[in-house]
Amino acid sequence: MLAFLGRSLIQKIITLFFVSVVSFLIIHLAPGEPSQIDPLNPKFTPEMVERMRQEFHLDRPMHVQYALFYRDLFSGRIVSWRDNLPVLGKIWERFLNSLPLFIVGTLLTWTFSFPVGIRSAIRRDGLFDKSTTFLAYVLISIPGFFFAYILIILVVTQFHVPVIGMYSFGIDTAPPLVRFMDRIWHLVLPSVLGATGGIAVLSRYVRSQMLEIIGQDYVRTARAKGLPNDTVYYRHALRNALLPFVTMFGLILPGLIGGSVIIESIFSWPGMGRMAYEAILARDYPVILTLNFITAVLVLAGTLISDLLYMVVDPRIRL
Amino acid sequence: MRSATGTPTGIGIDEAHYMPPSRTPWEETWRLLRKNRLALAGLMTFLVFFAVAVAGILLTSGGQPILDPAQVRLQEKLLPPLALPNKAVLLPEELPPLGRYLLGTDDLGRDVFARMLQGAWVSLTVGFVAVGIAVVIGIVLGGIAGYYGQRVVQVGHLLGWSSALAAAGFLITGQSTAAIVAAATAAACWALYRLQERAAPQRLPLFLRWLNQEIMQVDTLIMRAVDVMLCFPSFFLILTVVALLPASLYNIMVVIGLTSWMGTTRFVRAEFLSLREQDFVAAARALGISDMRIIFRHIMPNAMAPVLVSATLGIASAMLTEAGLSFLGFGVPPPHATWGNILSDGKQFIFDAPWLTFAPGIVILIVVLAFNLFGEGLRDIMNPKLRERN
Repeated sequence: MLAFLGRSLIQKIITLFFVSVVSFLIIHLAPGEPSQIDPLNPKFTPEMVERMRQEFHLDRPMHVQYALFYRDLFSGRIVSWRDNLPVLGKIWERFLNSLPLFIVGTLLTWTFSFPVGIRSAIRRDGLFDKSTTFLAYVLISIPGFFFAYILIILVVTQFHVPVIGMYSFGIDTAPPLVRFMDRIWHLVLPSVLGATGGIAVLSRYVRSQMLEIIGQDYVRTARAKGLPNDTVYYRHALRNALLPFVTMFGLILPGLIGGSVIIESIFSWPGMGRMAYEAILARDYPVILTLNFITAVLVLAGTLISDLLYMVVDPRIRL
Repeated sequence: MRSATGTPTGIGIDEAHYMPPSRTPWEETWRLLRKNRLALAGLMTFLVFFAVAVAGILLTSGGQPILDPAQVRLQEKLLPPLALPNKAVLLPEELPPLGRYLLGTDDLGRDVFARMLQGAWVSLTVGFVAVGIAVVIGIVLGGIAGYYGQRVVQVGHLLGWSSALAAAGFLITGQSTAAIVAAATAAACWALYRLQERAAPQRLPLFLRWLNQEIMQVDTLIMRAVDVMLCFPSFFLILTVVALLPASLYNIMVVIGLTSWMGTTRFVRAEFLSLREQDFVAAARALGISDMRIIFRHIMPNAMAPVLVSATLGIASAMLTEAGLSFLGFGVPPPHATWGNILSDGKQFIFDAPWLTFAPGIVILIVVLAFNLFGEGLRDIMNPKLRERN
């Protein structure tokens, strides 16, 4: 166990190093520089550009820039090129905004996909199974931004509530209940949208997993003993079908950041996805690279956690 | 392992009862496909879409297109679908050739139907070219990892190949001096290898022996590269690169292709690993058939099933990615219509002119759905377990 942990930690650190190199190269080898972003602006004199290049170390060779960047990142001193604020503080602020979306979306995903998947596995090829299968494909195939606009039209014309942004403008003076409901209404649509794809994919996965387990010999044995259907399905089959999903708790970690550039842009939600989008527009390299680095850390941590969880729940696996 | 689980039926087969398969694999696939109605519907939709896209590029391109997607008619803006043009205010050459605006007009009075036709070709090419790039990279890397995986990479190999790659990269980005330096390094590595093959190993100078230093297996190298690529959030990465590069259709296709080869690599490697141990490959090798022929004629056809499935699903997701990029404003540059930017332009008129949102949205949904259904159906059909049962 400890040997496995040590080995995979070393492996992950090496992977992380290469991720940092590749992302740095991608950003810096692409044509164009942040100092050239607005060449028509009369305030951008050549001296100004030169000062900017010196300030951001853009005049140094690439490996020096790399070392300087990651030194700043690890010592927490890294600042955004756009407004000179510390990047980690900015990300933390946006992270707190994205967190409710992520939590509600994840809860929706996990509470809806399990009942749907289990039921369609038990009633295989029935009407419920066929319609949820088709619906799942529709939800996977629908472009998120199109679905967002359908829902916006629906909610705005039917319920007459504002949905764009995190809260309505000027709501601060309203009584607490009104403020609370306002927050909830603003939260519903983006988190439902964030959850749809997850629900579609996860319920299909639950269904196939459940189908596989139902076909096993021990389930047939349980049924042959004359146990009621519910006991067979929910005590014998479901427990074993759940195994792979325990590991997925680790894999949802990267969703914390990678999330939803498009959805947050549509709803003007000041979260991390929108921050990434703004940083890309402004060529704010420190923010882009830091976000990328944190995502990579989360991906690697997620796979590690899921491996460990698998070992804990499934005694057949000893790595 | 094989003797324990392998062939219980093989022992008792009676020669007289043995029947050769009466159907070719293609007939068998087609028979199963016809039984899977959703997959068949997906295939039909795809064929219709393909015909529409080809017709679209023929009708909307050229100097005097039959349906002009760029024809601006400011008097006729935001007309609903099936509206008749007002013949009094339009010049004869500005009239829509079909006599009606089938899908209405946008805020500049352009015919949405013509723009949708133009966009169909973009979606089609983005899907196929991006997935084509990803599949080629995936097959090459996966094939190498699966077939030559046990070979060992030496320092010199790594140096030579990486400098050759860097030379190609520098050449594309137009830094000619750096390209020459990198190409010279690659050539030097190659020459040193040729040289040392002739010389006896003891008499080699130290730095040449250092070139022969073994690092790791080919398989490890390629699969770790896959792990590194999987750490990037894909849409964010694509968005970053597309935003930094000049906007063009080719950049989008290449970037989507270069960021989505990891799945194919894994599938192909797994298939190659299991197929190369099979008896027919051993027989082919015993006959003295060359490696290339074994790979391309004996192993590859057997490894294509999962690649086809993942390519079909990949086309669906590449189309969605392109639409998303266009929606955010990083897609194909403006005068050219794509489904994503028609929708993006129409979103500000969502309550006054919903057809500008719904026409592209529903069409994207239908086409992507068709690819997903067909791909999933193909997965079921190619599954040998299912095949035996039917």
